[in-house]
Amino acid sequence: MFGDYSIGDLGSIFVMQGFAGLILFSVYVLMALGLAIIFGQMGVINMAHGEFMILGAYVTWMTSNLFQTYLPSLFSGYFFLAMILAFVASGALGMLVEWVLIRHLYKRPLDTLLATWGLSLMLQQAYRSVFGAREVGVELPQWMLGSLHVTDSIEVPINGVFVMCLTVLITIGVAYVMYKSRWGRQVRAVVQNRIMAGAVGINTEKVDRYTFGLGCGIAGVAGSAFTMIGSTGPTSGQLYIVDTFLVVVFGGAASLIGTIASAFSISQTQSTLEFFMSGSMAKVLTLLAVVGILMLRPQGLFALKVRK
Amino acid sequence: MTDNRFFNRSEFIGILVLAVFLVVILPLTLDVFRLNLVAKYLTYAFVALGLVICWGYGGILSLGQGVFFGLGGYCMAMFLKLEASSVENTKIQSTPGIPDFMDWNQITTLPLFWKPFSSLTFTIAAIVLVPGIFALIIGTAMFKRRVGGTYFAIITQAVAAILTILIVGQQGYTGGINGMTDLRTLKGWDIRPDHAKIVLYFFEVGLLFACIMIAQFVRHSKLGRILVAMREKEDRVRFSGYSVANFKIFAFCIAAVFAAIGGAMFALNVGFMSPSFVGIVPSIEMVIYTAVGGRLSILGAVYGTLLVNFAKTSLSETFPELWLFGLGGLFIAVVLAFPNGLAGIWGDYVQPRIDRLISSRKPKPDGWTDSSVADGAPAE
Repeated sequence: MFGDYSIGDLGSIFVMQGFAGLILFSVYVLMALGLAIIFGQMGVINMAHGEFMILGAYVTWMTSNLFQTYLPSLFSGYFFLAMILAFVASGALGMLVEWVLIRHLYKRPLDTLLATWGLSLMLQQAYRSVFGAREVGVELPQWMLGSLHVTDSIEVPINGVFVMCLTVLITIGVAYVMYKSRWGRQVRAVVQNRIMAGAVGINTEKVDRYTFGLGCGIAGVAGSAFTMIGSTGPTSGQLYIVDTFLVVVFGGAASLIGTIASAFSISQTQSTLEFFMSGSMAKVLTLLAVVGILMLRPQGLFALKVRK
Repeated sequence: MTDNRFFNRSEFIGILVLAVFLVVILPLTLDVFRLNLVAKYLTYAFVALGLVICWGYGGILSLGQGVFFGLGGYCMAMFLKLEASSVENTKIQSTPGIPDFMDWNQITTLPLFWKPFSSLTFTIAAIVLVPGIFALIIGTAMFKRRVGGTYFAIITQAVAAILTILIVGQQGYTGGINGMTDLRTLKGWDIRPDHAKIVLYFFEVGLLFACIMIAQFVRHSKLGRILVAMREKEDRVRFSGYSVANFKIFAFCIAAVFAAIGGAMFALNVGFMSPSFVGIVPSIEMVIYTAVGGRLSILGAVYGTLLVNFAKTSLSETFPELWLFGLGGLFIAVVLAFPNGLAGIWGDYVQPRIDRLISSRKPKPDGWTDSSVADGAPAE
């Protein structure tokens, strides 16, 4: 399949497809960051994670519509507000879900899978009832369209670079919160030993609720980024949930760096392969490779060395 | 009836009640259309039965049972499709003698992996062996490396996703998103008219009871007790000298084979097979049938499957909007309030009352209280 192209062409193809994969990479990283916190740290299998992402996407869509109707002069900046709103909306829903549902199930991790699957069905139907079954698309402001010309054969889409920068900022923020702040220390303490953490005076219920909310909120931001690569429909989130779990597992569940590395390799492999074959075969090959590697190395790429 | 290797007294009564329900009551009260619907639901009961062994007893949650259901179903459908696309039936195609979807996708010769499926013996062997060997490979790769629990669930889910995308993408070889439709005859015997549906229903019920007997045998054997012990304290079983991985592989394989038999019966009863029964969503729904019936109860799996599917059909016919809310709510309610499902409710609330009624009249016989929930609460 490479034979028809010259070396220079191949280089350009890889670079172009690489940048085209940037938005996919950003969505994966943001989704997986949320999951890495919820699944990797708390051990909860959140099958409704995709629906939290889609909530963020719908919030972005509503914000863009609001700006178009009432504040057309500020439309170019709506995306920043939309992301904050998406974070708040998904985070708030996440905290509510934790309070109603998840907190009863910390001792039965496999059961969280079934319960959150039920939740995801209900959320999908709620979206369908509120927003309609048709998929909606978000209009991007003028400055995000178009692309930068690097060389004659290489063009880089601006929105990809923009989302990428945001992803990096959010990742650094999450890493700081989880590993440097007092609150992050409390989260890790609760994860390691809930009873001991409670005994030394940490309010474990509160920590759990905010941790879950943070993970869901980041998924909401991922939804904002998602509006750039796909149209938003009630079931769009479900398509991403398996990919995201694979990203987290492939990276090594408790490792932030692993999550980023695996999101990068998976999204780039898929994006590059898509140029050479049909999208479905690219996806099959990527997933097969990931599952194959996981069978050889079940602990993931970057596993913490812990004795269990 | 004394206790034997298959069931004790109360289980025997339970199986008898189910047999009367499926063999006598349902065929007498339902018309052929409804009976065919029950036959369709019962194909899922095979999967749920496998999950009772694999998940309920072994503690291995597989979210990829749709894969095995699909493999079994596709094996059967390939045989039926080949028979339906004989040269006389497909005269109008540009290449007669191959399935219609291949003709639409400009394929002119039958692919190599299709050829053996013109033999019924090979097909029946393939229905059991293909999913069995596939499960053996996945199980060996995962369990020998001590991958279990949530990781295993996620990886089986990924396998389900891969197979679905593959089937949809390769539509020249598999029929794509529409699947294999228009299946007509089995060895010249038309499977579509009403009397054939009734024969198929009874055949399926017979197979189901054979599988129930196998499940009962596993449960009462030493193997079943080791599975439960493994679920509760895996390390202790390992330190006692048992090869934990091999027991897990066995449980996973038997669940896969049950699911494949269900899939093959699905293709026969419903007359088509499509990727919408392979992917993640149907796989998780199958887990829900087991959870609703009670993950520890072999007979509960059958009742759970029937109940959820009846609810699904009647609710989605009358209130399509409400159905997903209802299903979602059911999952959450079962997990939060009734982790042992219908069987748990039966064992906790109904059975003690019956016992009291009977024991007030005559002394309690031995082994009578040995209900299916006596194995203890589910793991984790």
